[in-house]
Amino acid sequence: MAVIGNNGAGKSTLLNTIAGTLPVDAGELRLADHDVTHKPVAYRSRWLSRVFQDPKMGTAGELSVAENLTLAEQHTGSMSLRGFRHKGQTAAYQELLQPLNMGLEDRLTTQVKYLSGGQRQALSLLMATLSHPELLLLDEHTAALDPQTSHQVMALTQKIVTENHLTTLMITHKMSDALTYGNRLVMVQDGQIKLDVRGEEKQRIRQEDLLGLFAD
Amino acid sequence: MLITSIGQGLLWAPLVIGVFLTFRILDIPDLTTEGSFPLGAAVTVSAMIHGQSAIVASLLGFLAGCLAGWVTGMLDTKLKMPSLLAGILTMTGLYSVNMHVMGKSNVPLLDQKVLTSYLPATWSVDLQTIVVGLGVTALVMAGLIWLFRTRLGLSLMATGNNAAMSAANGIYTDRMVILGYMVSNGCIALSGALIAQSNGFADIGMGIGTIVIGLAYVLVGEIFLRGRQIWLRLTAMVLGAVIYRYLLTVAMGLGFPVDDLKILSAGILVIVICLPLLRNKLQTKQQLKRYLKQIGVDEHATTSSLKRQAPTEGLLSRNGK
Repeated sequence: MAVIGNNGAGKSTLLNTIAGTLPVDAGELRLADHDVTHKPVAYRSRWLSRVFQDPKMGTAGELSVAENLTLAEQHTGSMSLRGFRHKGQTAAYQELLQPLNMGLEDRLTTQVKYLSGGQRQALSLLMATLSHPELLLLDEHTAALDPQTSHQVMALTQKIVTENHLTTLMITHKMSDALTYGNRLVMVQDGQIKLDVRGEEKQRIRQEDLLGLFAD
Repeated sequence: MLITSIGQGLLWAPLVIGVFLTFRILDIPDLTTEGSFPLGAAVTVSAMIHGQSAIVASLLGFLAGCLAGWVTGMLDTKLKMPSLLAGILTMTGLYSVNMHVMGKSNVPLLDQKVLTSYLPATWSVDLQTIVVGLGVTALVMAGLIWLFRTRLGLSLMATGNNAAMSAANGIYTDRMVILGYMVSNGCIALSGALIAQSNGFADIGMGIGTIVIGLAYVLVGEIFLRGRQIWLRLTAMVLGAVIYRYLLTVAMGLGFPVDDLKILSAGILVIVICLPLLRNKLQTKQQLKRYLKQIGVDEHATTSSLKRQAPTEGLLSRNGK
């Protein structure tokens, strides 16, 4: 599901409310049959993952690639007193990173802060999907990347989401992305949903139609 | 002189490790240090006077420090106070607590057995201090090295590095911060307990300046030993404490009065903080010079080509008009 809308329309508010960084004024929020309306971010993360707009936000720069992956692997047991390194981990992580085609599989012990923005964002994306969340939130996750890397990350997103059958909510400013990807499109304006199309209906919609709606 | 510094440095080592935990791992400058250090001393000395053994008393000192850390942690996370203010509040409150624990501003140990008394009496005081200091420091280091191999330790490091990302990955960051404060201040109080036993008294004013001293230890240690592995970083802290103690002993040998040591510590901290900045600046300058030298030949080429281009540009702009 792709969400578009002009600046200040309420896209990010929507996403932050779902993620738990903004408190809810009214109403109820249910995730996988659990009431999470007033639950903290960490609790929601059992069913929810998020890729931030800023590549620096989604990863811990001081920690290595492998340590970041360990954090993302399981969203429970963060207080466990068991060692976080175990046998076969390196091989498993290399296998995970291989399909990204970014050479990350050879840099497991590199601190993430030395990676490029594109690499960091691809890693964030992989991390977000590692725990098989019920819902994946993408917050303009390609906005801070150059056009080519942005395209690469978008293709990767499509691949991972379809392979793992993930329910995904993507916020974007790129109308072409919103039209190309996903099977539902929502347009938000002034805090209200202005357009909500799915399936075949969505296929028929074109960029000009959206621009017309924006102008209203 | 060096031997004495090593012994004293090892007694201070838990404090440095404590400051390192909040300052480097959690990325918080924690002022609770100034209160938890004398708290550890006060609790330990009082417990010993009331008949507890040195080991039990030191452990009580450690636990009291953990409690102080918990208070700061709660103020910081649950009441959403800036961490500096939270530290100052706890530190100020602890002054009264310490006075109540001790009953008066200075409590001497009489003939109670301290930790070094468990060692053969034939050993020199310096050797006894080193053995006790080494033992306690090794214990603290082993505990922390183990902690940072567990998932909990990884969560702690992640929280200090990127709280938003940690929360998004299921880490309850508030709990981590509180835990960090607790372990850190426990270590600091333990150091206070050791120093009090070594000095033979607990004093209400012994915490003054400990945060500055602690930060100076941390930074000095990091100058001499750098690395990413936790054992290396902790060893650097111990080394920092020893080297710093040695510097202070040398300064005192040069005739510095004891009262001036605090301003000396502050001065050294300023220098130690500025040193990396100056070094970076110097390096950048040298790199730039080298780079300019490298392209020195090209420089002429660009200027000449510019000259050649200039008339064309002039022509073009005139054409434009």
